[in-house]
Amino acid sequence: MSVIYLLICISIVLAATFLYIFIRAVRSGQFDDDYTPSVRMLFEDELKKKGNNPKTKIKTENQD
Amino acid sequence: MNVQNCFHCGNDIVKQEEIIFDEKSFCCVGCKTVYEIFSQNDLTCYYDFENAPGATPQDIKGKYDFLENEDIVTKLLDFQEDSTHIVSLYIPHIHCSSCIWILENLQKLQSGVSTSQVNFHEKKVRITYDPKKTNLKEMVLLLSAIGYEPYISLENYENKKQEVDRTLFYKIGVAFFSFGNIMLLSFPEYFEVGEFWIEQYKVFFRWLIFALSLPPFFYSASGYYVSAWKSIKSGLLNIDIPIALGIVVMFVRSTIDIVFDYGQGFFDSMCGLIFFMLLGKLFQQKTYNFLSFERDYKSYFPIAITKILANGTEEPVQVYDIEKGDRLLIRNQELIPVDGILISPEASIDYSFVTGEAVPIIKKSGDKVYAGGKQIGKVIEMEVLHSVSQSYLTQLWSNDVFQKKVDQKYKTITDTISRYFTPALLLLAFVSFGFWVFRDVSTAFNVFTAILIVACPCALALTAPFTLGNVLRIMGNRKLYLKNATVIEQLAKVDTIVFDKTGTITTNKKTSITYEGEPLNESELKLLKNALRGSNHPLSRRLYDFIPHQEKIETTAFEEIIGKGIFATFGEQKVKLGSSQFLQHMSENTHKKTKVHVEINGIYKGSYVFNNQYREGLEQLFENLEKQYNLVVLSGDNDGERKILEKMLPDSTTLVFNQKPEQKLQYIEQLQKQGRNVMMVGDGLNDAGALAQSNVGISISENVNVFSPACDGILDAVQFSKINYFMRLSKNAMKTIMMSFGLSLLYNLIGLSYAVTGNLLPIVAAIIMPLSTITIVSFVTLMSNFYARK
Repeated sequence: MSVIYLLICISIVLAATFLYIFIRAVRSGQFDDDYTPSVRMLFEDELKKKGNNPKTKIKTENQD
Repeated sequence: MNVQNCFHCGNDIVKQEEIIFDEKSFCCVGCKTVYEIFSQNDLTCYYDFENAPGATPQDIKGKYDFLENEDIVTKLLDFQEDSTHIVSLYIPHIHCSSCIWILENLQKLQSGVSTSQVNFHEKKVRITYDPKKTNLKEMVLLLSAIGYEPYISLENYENKKQEVDRTLFYKIGVAFFSFGNIMLLSFPEYFEVGEFWIEQYKVFFRWLIFALSLPPFFYSASGYYVSAWKSIKSGLLNIDIPIALGIVVMFVRSTIDIVFDYGQGFFDSMCGLIFFMLLGKLFQQKTYNFLSFERDYKSYFPIAITKILANGTEEPVQVYDIEKGDRLLIRNQELIPVDGILISPEASIDYSFVTGEAVPIIKKSGDKVYAGGKQIGKVIEMEVLHSVSQSYLTQLWSNDVFQKKVDQKYKTITDTISRYFTPALLLLAFVSFGFWVFRDVSTAFNVFTAILIVACPCALALTAPFTLGNVLRIMGNRKLYLKNATVIEQLAKVDTIVFDKTGTITTNKKTSITYEGEPLNESELKLLKNALRGSNHPLSRRLYDFIPHQEKIETTAFEEIIGKGIFATFGEQKVKLGSSQFLQHMSENTHKKTKVHVEINGIYKGSYVFNNQYREGLEQLFENLEKQYNLVVLSGDNDGERKILEKMLPDSTTLVFNQKPEQKLQYIEQLQKQGRNVMMVGDGLNDAGALAQSNVGISISENVNVFSPACDGILDAVQFSKINYFMRLSKNAMKTIMMSFGLSLLYNLIGLSYAVTGNLLPIVAAIIMPLSTITIVSFVTLMSNFYARK
């Protein structure tokens, strides 16, 4: 049953890793702009197969 | 594709000016050029994301010459190194995904640009470029050429790098980490007390929980201790005192519990509480990054202006370096940054920033021109009298009364409640302690701490942030952008609304006259114009100017009945003009519009309608507001429109004319001394003082991206007629808060009934805490959305 010590340690370390990743993400500015990246990621494909079927409409009139 | 609209900018195309290029129609050469640039560079994808996303490039010849000046450029850059320069430019036109796309592909248009990144909310683009291959001026010119002209003002010049405050995110992250882990670890003890395995491991579990609760207790919740301490020092009892007290008591009691093996403690509830309250804070912290509420003249002023040197050459000079005696060149639409004397023969200067008067003022050579005016028309020259800091406008601005008072501490509704809540809570805790202490000392301590724990006003403290945060968003969606959530509370308390006239209840568009009825032929128009010639009535004068030039004929008889109309005879022909009563022509809702009716030779022809320049829905709005508010119209203009306004607006409206900016401010002050809560609705710099002085200053803006004075909120002009709705919504928001206060007090009572009798188990606390939070949050969200729909 003493395996519980190991298991809990692992789970806490895992959670702490997530916390660390979160803090790093905040620090790098990922939470400063929560809108532009969501639009930006849709552009990449558009550029490569330009000319084929570029008639994708993205509706982004509003900013909240 | 709609043929009527420009392929690039979406504006209507005037048929004669239509330009067809590449089978697409454009409204002007500018738009076509932008399209050409894009198509040559394989960037026509721009038009795929959004229909007609572009803007017509403006003529900017010479405007950005100051960017050749190294010192100025250095000030504007974010980062500077030999081969890399980084600059952030504010571009008001950014509005859709096409904008993001084109601005992030700048490297295709300009060699030397390595990356460019858009921040959509702030409407900023951050460009990294190699200064050896290109420079800032080229960049700005390119952006302007494709319709994305950056806005560079004096404010940028002094820009310090803004530190982004992200501590709240860290605190939430830490609190959530501990909350989640502690919940898992406390779970076993909720149900099975005395079970074999739990007995075996509970020491390990409890001390682990203790260790995990340290970061939220010392780090995440630190803001509450600071705020509670400050509020005790200043003698105000705000909501953070019971919160901080609750958290500290929870921590201390739980630690004692586990040290002496009394139980598992309340660490789970404590972390949950901290986490939920920080979440509430985040929710309330809605800010409109692309708007700025704290503006002063610096955001209006240009960075540099063209100076004429003694040898006649032109040179851009930083405005702070302008000295008395310098000669300056002011181009069309450029702002005059300093007081001076006009050298050019004539200038027409638009002082709407300063006075609110929309009509440009004509100045002759030798006249004094003041800073803040905008030259309309051709290039002028002027000689400087005062430097920037000594000019009239800047001095006005530096005047203390024009600054929004920061120390004007506003007591929020939560603080008001907690003024009663905190003493009551402490009283109850001590009374119960006193009651139990004679029976059983250890129970007395239990009860005392349990009361402070369970009454910790978590739900109470969350009510206002969630309601106001939600209402703030709803209003934002409807184009009223408020500075922060407390403005809503103040909005709900307003009892007097003061409107500025020019630019606020009127639009900036010129008055137009339209004709309704049977069309008039040439000879009839001739009669009409000649009949009008003799009259001096303002409406006659305007109508006279409106009717195209006609041959002059003399009247045989002319009679003007004051306040009614004109009766003129030309030989056989008779013309009768005037109000509907005068013509005995019954027309529907005559008082709503200014009309001049026409009757020729006894036959009623129709009427000229004077579309006043007042905003649509003004009358309706005032009629609705009148029932609950005192209304005042405060104008910098003369009282020429008093008659029209009196007719249009409810009788109770106070009209005040000829008010200078300082007088407007004093007027508001006067009202406040009478105990009124004043909301000022204005625009332009001339209202800046009044906006700052009022309890709530709302600035009306035709385009929220251009600049408005310091204020508490910016209202998009198209929503002007909805002011009533916003006022009602703010009141309902306060009603929602009161209701949910009741609800959370109910939870407190239930919790207290456990606490007072000494039966508070950790599991009860762990259930009540999140349950009350969730009910409160969903209640206020539902209620405020419900009210918003009304």
